[in-house]
Amino acid sequence: MYQQKQFFKKTRGGKILKVHREHYLRDDIVCGSLACTTCAHGDSTVLSSEAAQYLLIDTNVALHQMDLLENAAIADVIVPEVVLSEVQARNKAIHGRLRLLVADKSRRFFVFSNEHHKDTFVKTEKGEIVNDRNDRAIRRATTWYQSHLAGKTPDVLLLTNDADNARRARDEGAAAQTVYAYVQSRTDKPELLDFVARTGDTGGEAAGPSAEGDAGPQAKRRMLYAEHKGMAELTAGLQKGLFHQGKLRVNRFNCFEAYVGSQSVGKEILIQGREDLNRAVDGDVVAVELLPPEQWKGPEGGIFREHDEEEEGVAENAEEGAGLAPEIAEDAPGAALENLDIGKEGGRVPTGRVVGIIKRNWRNYAGSLEPMKGPGGSGAMAHPLFVSVDRRVPKIRIQTRQLANLADKRIIVAIDKWDRTSRYPEGHYIKTLGDIGDRATESELLLMENDINTRPFSQAVLNCLPPLPWSVSDADVAKPWRADLRNLRVCSVDPIGCRDIDDALHCTALPNGNFEIGVHIADVTNFVHPETPLDLEAADRGTSVYLVERRIDMLPKPLTEDICSLRADVDRLAFSVIWEMTPSADIVKSHYTKSIIRSSAALSYPEAQARMDDPHMSDPLTEDLRNLNRLAKIMRQRRTERGALTLASPEVKFEIDTETHNPLDVGMYQIREANQMIEEYMLLANVSVAEKILKHFPSCSLLRRHPVPTPQMFEPLLRTAAAVGIELDVGSSKALADSLDRAQGSDPYFNKLIRILATRCMTQAVYFCSGELSPPEYHHYGLASPLYTHFTSPIRRYADVVVHRLLAAALNLTPLPERTRDKKSMHDLSDGLNYRHRNAQMAGRASVELHTLIFFKDRAVDAEARIVKVRSNGFIVFVPKYGIEGPVYLTKKPDKGAGPDPNDDFVVDEEHQTITSKDKRQTYKVLDTVTVHIEVQEPQPHRPKLILTLASDSKEQDGFA
Amino acid sequence: MEYVSPEGLRLDGRRPKEVRQLKCELAVLHRADGSAYLEMGNTKVLATVYGPHEVSQRSQSLHDRALVHCEYSMATFSTGERRRRPKGDRRSVELSLVIRQSMEAAILTHLLPRTQIDIYVQVLQADGGTRAACINAATLALADAGVPMRDLVASCAAGYLNGTPLLDLNYVEDSAGGPDLTVALLPKAEKVTLLQMDSKLPLDTFEAVLGLAMDGCKAIAAHMRQALLEHTRKQAVVRGPVRL
Ligand SMILES: [Zn+2]
Repeated sequence: MYQQKQFFKKTRGGKILKVHREHYLRDDIVCGSLACTTCAHGDSTVLSSEAAQYLLIDTNVALHQMDLLENAAIADVIVPEVVLSEVQARNKAIHGRLRLLVADKSRRFFVFSNEHHKDTFVKTEKGEIVNDRNDRAIRRATTWYQSHLAGKTPDVLLLTNDADNARRARDEGAAAQTVYAYVQSRTDKPELLDFVARTGDTGGEAAGPSAEGDAGPQAKRRMLYAEHKGMAELTAGLQKGLFHQGKLRVNRFNCFEAYVGSQSVGKEILIQGREDLNRAVDGDVVAVELLPPEQWKGPEGGIFREHDEEEEGVAENAEEGAGLAPEIAEDAPGAALENLDIGKEGGRVPTGRVVGIIKRNWRNYAGSLEPMKGPGGSGAMAHPLFVSVDRRVPKIRIQTRQLANLADKRIIVAIDKWDRTSRYPEGHYIKTLGDIGDRATESELLLMENDINTRPFSQAVLNCLPPLPWSVSDADVAKPWRADLRNLRVCSVDPIGCRDIDDALHCTALPNGNFEIGVHIADVTNFVHPETPLDLEAADRGTSVYLVERRIDMLPKPLTEDICSLRADVDRLAFSVIWEMTPSADIVKSHYTKSIIRSSAALSYPEAQARMDDPHMSDPLTEDLRNLNRLAKIMRQRRTERGALTLASPEVKFEIDTETHNPLDVGMYQIREANQMIEEYMLLANVSVAEKILKHFPSCSLLRRHPVPTPQMFEPLLRTAAAVGIELDVGSSKALADSLDRAQGSDPYFNKLIRILATRCMTQAVYFCSGELSPPEYHHYGLASPLYTHFTSPIRRYADVVVHRLLAAALNLTPLPERTRDKKSMHDLSDGLNYRHRNAQMAGRASVELHTLIFFKDRAVDAEARIVKVRSNGFIVFVPKYGIEGPVYLTKKPDKGAGPDPNDDFVVDEEHQTITSKDKRQTYKVLDTVTVHIEVQEPQPHRPKLILTLASDSKEQDGFA
Repeated sequence: MEYVSPEGLRLDGRRPKEVRQLKCELAVLHRADGSAYLEMGNTKVLATVYGPHEVSQRSQSLHDRALVHCEYSMATFSTGERRRRPKGDRRSVELSLVIRQSMEAAILTHLLPRTQIDIYVQVLQADGGTRAACINAATLALADAGVPMRDLVASCAAGYLNGTPLLDLNYVEDSAGGPDLTVALLPKAEKVTLLQMDSKLPLDTFEAVLGLAMDGCKAIAAHMRQALLEHTRKQAVVRGPVRL
């Protein structure tokens, strides 16, 4: 307990406070080197004794060169504590990555607690600013290491891009180098140069040659953008109300149009054009200045965009291809646009320009290089432009020595900086994913873009699994609270080929004429214990992700497919909800218990349906299914009467070649009665459990709610419906459900189409912690239920795992984990789960989109489509059979600089949602049926797009024309 | 926030199971019958004892034991923000009671019937763990006054942050909002005379935190005993050899 005190004074808040903090200096801080003979060696002694040198990094190197540091060729790095805490204060994400590097023992990163070492602590001198003091502390740590390890093999090298700091270090007798110089000296790894970030560090010898150095010295170059205002000026401006702060969200259709949702204006502020966007990237928190009202603009109409890359010379066909049809509001591109009340103020909305960046939100971007004119000689430095697959992101200029290798590859790139003089942000290459268009590469890319963890489970996680092969033990049977239900006739019904069977059912006719119905859910929490590595990993993954050709599991395979899966003819542990129901589906009593079951059949939906439909089958199991179905229908009817919505989404199903994993056929996913039956019991179980856990834990239950859509969100639907003469009442979910039932058109698909469009107006249901909202806000709009949660899929959703623990605690089986009791961590958990859930859905959709593209690559087909939106130069169609949606152009794209095309002879009637040719011979109206030709085109090599055109047999007349 | 780094250091450089620097001085005020000044890190406390003396209000006199009276106060300058602290606010009343009860458990009150012992504890500087520091200072002052006691009462706080039990929380750690457990112990008998916690903890964690706090108490008791011995030795030198 060696101790000595130093005192720091700090001021905070408006008041000046005198704060004393104790600061203990120690003599037991180790250097972490295996070569050292004086320090104690332990777990954290990672620095190799064979290393040529140890690198000691300063704060800016950690902040800006993380991609380089993450490269496996960089090892034996000393991170002084002062650097770590500076990084933590300035960039949480980088701090997290640095911590991961330190935690990975194989990378040999060591944190040296210099601030608490008696010999390396430096006191702030009078008048010295914090940065200088910290630089001095870093240099002191370097010299300490040098003398501490004197005479042993590895040298210590200070890596800093600050020239002044490097010079001082040399004066003090320490070795110091810039990152660029160091990487150049690593002749064993020339490819490291690609990873060096080009940052605007101070000092002349900084970070190597500038990418556009050939354009002359920086000072002489044209300023393309206005200067960003400093933090002090921004803060003052924000306080005075001159500027408005908000997160920038770029339009998916047009990367030069963005919105900032500002609380101080109360409306979305539109920002248009490269100059006004002023180097802000999607997700950045920016300060915006409003333009004078006479300069306000409306969002641009039309369905396609020019990319104004005049100087690039490479012709680019920026026409939008077709894609997967959106399911809910968040899926639709340009969703933000639709919600603005355009047209009421002459189409003008508050418009502004970015004056400063409050917080950057740069991440890694996946995409490919823009084809370059002229060949890039191998090995020579080239400066190609990178195009992200995320269309909201601007092109990024990178430098590389391996242009030929990267040309047709999907790669990952990070932004380093964006100077006023450079049109594009500058960045650096991180890694290659694979060939463009390759199914595996594109799948990996869509997983990465959705932040999905595909790494295999770590050994620590696998160690948490029970020994295999696992089976129900006598100890399990002996537990007094575990009911033995193996005598019941339980079965499961799932999609074809389902291996992770979460749920099973039973239905027994009781002597009193009632039915006993049980929903049995895999007892995952019997194996996943709180706070174990397995639990933490599952919590982080949040959900399993289902792509067309593969599944990324939340839990390791033995649990997912075997131990937890309620397979047929084996004993399995379950968590059961059991009701007694009258023949009219009224619940007489309900009961919750952990149990052991033995499923007698694992059916698929078609199998279950066939059994129920086949009049010759009358075995007990089939009779059970029929009883279940009969009761489910009554419950469904009741739910609909309460106002639950029957929504529809354009789900498609691929038939996949087992060898090549390529799609063989695609079609609408068929919903059977059996699906609806199972859904009904799952809903019932979820609602029952929600009520139970909320009763016991009113402040920390994990529930799921579906917010009531705002009237504006229904506007597109109402416009469309009004155009075809249908009135919809969106006043309540009940009113909407009824008016949807009444909306019948001339063909049977019409009603489904309206439902699909209605579903698109809604937002996603979300998880939340019950303590954070008031009970009326718990409401689930779509299900018209005051309470809802997720209980029935614990194998593939972490929310259900938490709910299982809540239910077990409510039954006094296990204590509630500490983390579940804490409101703050439950808040973070539900945020995280919502994020993961959303991403999993996006990834699933992207995967379907990818396979659609592959499917149509070798076959062009004609298909029936419905017009869902009329635009100034064409319309957007939805193709039910394939679930795709995309634009059909009636007019040619106008040439650059030219005025409106004289052949542009179509007139749009916004109110009636029609587009008519000038000669009045052709009229297209929203919801009309047309035949479209679907075909994959490659406007540029390796950049295939799905293009929809009007089939030559034109339009089928159906009475509206 | 990270209160314990993966390197195992707390914000002030201590490891989780270390107490802050402890300093104590006895007989700092010569007019009092007993007095002690105690520092636990930046928490500084002065305790004075008057008595045993005749009970000032006859009616309160107890015929079989001594009356212990305790008054706790906090100096205006004791926190960063200067604030007038009225006497007799809820916190002071509660703390006075807590200190009195822990002392009563140690003092052999039945040896001093119909007398009164006054204990005054003043916090000169607060940096977390004031409760424990007050108790420790009061014990030393009582010892200095020569009041007969079963044992020294030693007190120490422990908390639970970032999943780690932490000994002797300072102000920053204290205001993290985690559980905070104060224990007072008669170390020889291992008898707990005070146990206070103002939040919930799972039982197994609670036991770990309690165990840690008790270890802290024992370490502090050893330190106080040492200080007491040295003080007595010094006094013996000043007063000259004892003749029988
Ligand atoms: Zn050493």
